[in-house]
Amino acid sequence: MRHIVWKAYMNHEKEEKWLNEMSAKGMALVGYSWCRYVFEDSPKAEYTYRIELLKDLPGNAESRAYLQFLQQTGIEHVASYLRWVYLRKKRAEGQFDLYSDADSKISHYKRILYLWIPIMLLNLMAFISNGLHVLDDILHHGRVFGGNLICIVLNGFFAFLILWMIIVYLRKVQKLRAEKRIHE
Amino acid sequence: MPESMERGALTEAVLYILLSLYSPLHGYGIMQNVSELSGGRVVLGAGTLYGAINTLVEKNWIEPLEGAAGNRRKEYIITNTGKAAVAQEIVRLEELLRNATKIAAGGLK
Repeated sequence: MRHIVWKAYMNHEKEEKWLNEMSAKGMALVGYSWCRYVFEDSPKAEYTYRIELLKDLPGNAESRAYLQFLQQTGIEHVASYLRWVYLRKKRAEGQFDLYSDADSKISHYKRILYLWIPIMLLNLMAFISNGLHVLDDILHHGRVFGGNLICIVLNGFFAFLILWMIIVYLRKVQKLRAEKRIHE
Repeated sequence: MPESMERGALTEAVLYILLSLYSPLHGYGIMQNVSELSGGRVVLGAGTLYGAINTLVEKNWIEPLEGAAGNRRKEYIITNTGKAAVAQEIVRLEELLRNATKIAAGGLK
């Protein structure tokens, strides 16, 4: 049976954890599109799930070669969303981690940071420019235009939400770098 | 000849990948071999391994095997440059081990 769950995640590691908890309960992810998760019944804990941000879109030749390589190691490509891919491997076939050293983990986190930073800046710029508009309305025209206010709230909300996410990822990178000074 | 920059230590993963390729192996074979060699201690992530293979091919330390085109699983083999890098690493590790044993293990007795 198919189950559809609507849910939004910004932290891919929390999302991964949730998918693995679902898998432990016997719900295996088989599809994903914007915030919409499709699960199918499966034996409990049949799969380990991992989420990765590819360097290019999944249709790109480089990405296809990589996904094919993963497939040869028993990793199944379940779904994609833009450059994000949802991967799984049967638990019976052993441990499943995409990255086993600090350097490759750091470069994955950096890829995610480079994805979020421009989006955060766009929202921040829109927030500031709308904010100035509203200030101008209030100070020079003595009126408050509701439409702009909604924009400000939304842009501000997203800018700070994404900023917070960026800080979370920066801290992960920092922690790995500190670890790297001692361990390989 | 390797560039003079490359006097540094090899990573554990790179050294084990190079050692795995003294006979031809494909990606999954490398993962299994490294895990076996290290008694299950070193489990290479597929993403990490893929990146390492590409870097090592670029540096010409390993190369894809000719004639493997028909086979979907690409096999790799270590080159002479790669073997030289391993030899250099063995010298470095021996020095480390010699010093560590002399100082730390001697003190334990």
